[in-house]
Amino acid sequence: MDESRLRAVVPSVIGILGRRGADFAAAEDAVQEALVEALRSWPDDPPRDPQGWLVTVAWRKFLDATRAETSRRRREERVEEEPAPGPAPEVDDTLQLYFLCAHPSLSPTSAVALTLRALGGLTTRQIAAAYLVPEATMAQRISRAKRTVAGVRFDAPGDVGTVLRVLYLMFNEGYSGDVDLAAEAIRLTRELVSRVDAEEAAGLLALMLLHHARRPARTRSDGSLVPLAEQDRARWDPRLITEGVEILQAALARDRLGEFQAQAAIAALHADARSAAETDWVQIVEWYDELVRLTGSPVARLNRAVAVGEADGGRAGLAALAGLDPALPRHAAVAAYLHEKDGDRVTAARLYAEAARAAPNLPERDHLTRQAARLHGGQLT
Amino acid sequence: MAKYLLLKHYRGAPTEPDFVPMDRWTPDEVDAHIQYMRDFAAKLESTGEYVDGQALAEEGTWVRSGGEGRPPVTDGPFAETKDLIAGWMVIDVDSYERALALAGELSAAPGAGGRPIREWLELRPFMSPPPTVTE
Repeated sequence: MDESRLRAVVPSVIGILGRRGADFAAAEDAVQEALVEALRSWPDDPPRDPQGWLVTVAWRKFLDATRAETSRRRREERVEEEPAPGPAPEVDDTLQLYFLCAHPSLSPTSAVALTLRALGGLTTRQIAAAYLVPEATMAQRISRAKRTVAGVRFDAPGDVGTVLRVLYLMFNEGYSGDVDLAAEAIRLTRELVSRVDAEEAAGLLALMLLHHARRPARTRSDGSLVPLAEQDRARWDPRLITEGVEILQAALARDRLGEFQAQAAIAALHADARSAAETDWVQIVEWYDELVRLTGSPVARLNRAVAVGEADGGRAGLAALAGLDPALPRHAAVAAYLHEKDGDRVTAARLYAEAARAAPNLPERDHLTRQAARLHGGQLT
Repeated sequence: MAKYLLLKHYRGAPTEPDFVPMDRWTPDEVDAHIQYMRDFAAKLESTGEYVDGQALAEEGTWVRSGGEGRPPVTDGPFAETKDLIAGWMVIDVDSYERALALAGELSAAPGAGGRPIREWLELRPFMSPPPTVTE
């Protein structure tokens, strides 16, 4: 049995323990312990019924933990007898877990960590490795998050929007480690889409698939970045693009536009172009107009300025940039690009060097340094 | 084995008279420099001498307590005259001589015209845990 299938049953096992009377924090802890044991023992001795095994072991862990706490004697008596599985539940336990783990009282990073553990079925060690922090630090972050949501009713209705923001963050800021967080975010979003009827959830899934499709072309083997215009489009994954476009079209047809659908539409237009030169920039600008209308986000305006520059020339792009706060992340890089397009290589080189100094990560800094070097490289040597 | 911290500075160290900033190199020279750094870290990993390393963003702020009930005192980002650390690498090596040799090698990374940039690096030994045998 591969690990991802094991991970997929974790949310329902937490739900089963919940229905037997365990609170969320205790149920989640017990399932995590059972999961760690499964990862250790299953390779040599795989069970016939993985979910049944996890339920049995997690329930035993839960009872052990409950017994250990004498102050909870009364509750122990209540749950000592293993109850028969009652009638089919009316609420979707897994969906409620999504809402709980993305609860607005949690910080976004805590919500991501809790979602990865309770819904993704990852171990604390794996989550810590993915975010480059010590395991003990991640364990603390998760237990604090669980204490924060301890008072939240397990069956209270939630807001899909907060769940989508957590999944977007997981997809967009996944780092390294042996777990692919972008793929994990896609799996969890897919699961969510199958459980809620929401255009924006579909829009987010489409957005993720369309960006994930470009991943093989986005970095060179040495880790350096390949800009969209220079990517080898033959290396984009056509299967993911087709799926993303189909999901997006079905969502758009329902005529309830939101920011994730608009972003996915922009990604789909890039996917449609066989070469960078064939990109339909006019339509992309229209989608950015929608995005700016929906969100009012200055980052959307900044990206819109690039699209305007492509559609109508560097001068028009610079006009679209005017009025935006120069302290915005990547403002200098966008300004450099548009100045070069407008024919002003000196200003562009200066701005690329400035952008490199402000870059938030090494591949981006190296890329921007190369751009500055390309424009005035060797002049002084 | 002994651990050493290798510190690279954005500024604060004396600069060579023929210093050329990186954005004035050719793109190939930039690539060669980055590749040299990458190969250096990979080599130390393969010899079992690499511990950790991080690059730091090019901005820094000096902060101290302003006193109880007062906001902290800062001298703002981009205090141009101050030393600024660009990144660090921790190595675990057999001897001080080995640490010196590695720092020298890292300092010789290629720059403009393929010439070694010979930048200053700061080499600092870690405090070690107290030994078990003390007599």
